[in-house]
Amino acid sequence: MKCRVCRGPAVIDVRRQNANYCAGHFLRMCRDQVAKAIAEFSMIEPGERVLVAVSGGKDSLACWDILRQLGYDADGFVIGLGIGEYSDESSTYAHAYADDRGLTLITCNLRDDYGFDIPTAASATRRVPCSACGLSKRHLFDKAARDNGYDVVATGHNLDDEAAVLFGNVLHWQTEYLGRQLPVLPARNGFPRKVKPLVRLGEREMAAYCVLTGIDYIVEECPMAAGNKHLGYKEALNQIEAQSPGSKLDFYFGFLKRASGRFVPEAEVEQEGLGPCERCGAPTTDRLCAFCKLVERASGADPVTLRTSR
Amino acid sequence: MKVVLRNPRREIDVPAPISVIALLHRLDLNRESVLVIQGDTLVPGDAMLAGDETVEIRPVISGGAA
Repeated sequence: MKCRVCRGPAVIDVRRQNANYCAGHFLRMCRDQVAKAIAEFSMIEPGERVLVAVSGGKDSLACWDILRQLGYDADGFVIGLGIGEYSDESSTYAHAYADDRGLTLITCNLRDDYGFDIPTAASATRRVPCSACGLSKRHLFDKAARDNGYDVVATGHNLDDEAAVLFGNVLHWQTEYLGRQLPVLPARNGFPRKVKPLVRLGEREMAAYCVLTGIDYIVEECPMAAGNKHLGYKEALNQIEAQSPGSKLDFYFGFLKRASGRFVPEAEVEQEGLGPCERCGAPTTDRLCAFCKLVERASGADPVTLRTSR
Repeated sequence: MKVVLRNPRREIDVPAPISVIALLHRLDLNRESVLVIQGDTLVPGDAMLAGDETVEIRPVISGGAA
């Protein structure tokens, strides 16, 4: 295999582009795709401060790294979720990345700061762990951005994530979610702008980016996510992609171009009637926001010990 | 040749030489879902693995539903 740019030995193929790359030109391609996404969807304006939601996984660390390479003023934010050894190890990678480069990493710990962790929240609410986890992360990203004066929250959602979420939302016709599934959610009602700079890159490319730049990240999967529907959708889409390279890109960007606008009115109905949460001030349609309700239920519950096997 | 697999981490022996594509086929793995790593760099799909160095097959699919 030869690099499509320099004809030197290639180290990776990107089949949806029908292209192979050497390490240097692959890394340049990744930066170019992020710059293109930022420009295409007006994600970040010059001079804005960006808070990157970091987990210690490949996508969030690659996102932070590329934004810095592109010259953005980007700091990190990591949450201790209390998912046993997995959370401890994940945080170690996030801290190591920041410390090695002298970067600012803001931290929050669910157990210390709010009196619960994700396994306990899942047990107390009898909901899937990913639900309590996602709710907590979204709330705390917003809060950290507001409290610390950031204009934008950037997350490491990549093309595979977006295609898999779209696949699930279409399978079940979750029209209000379809209306919000955009690379940029504008700032409003007290929420900071949220952007997904990696939407033009797949997660295989993000893992390759980390390997080639020497970024250490947690390879192990979250023990609470194992076997969830989202991972199943990703595997199904990768089967399709293997037979028909470019399908995931066409699926997601075709949706953005041809269909997403049709669902925006349904998403906007949900935004009507938002007021401040009595406890924390976050936007909500109820007296208390969903996160404060979660804190009420989970912080008084007996802690659940997570047993993991590697 | 020693091959390291992840989630959970384990090692298996595979007869070498073998191409990357043949190795993934033998292990019933989708190329879209993994990287093949030797040392600190990536091994492309058409490369032949001689068997004198350990190879890691690293899954790239991750993430919860949120």
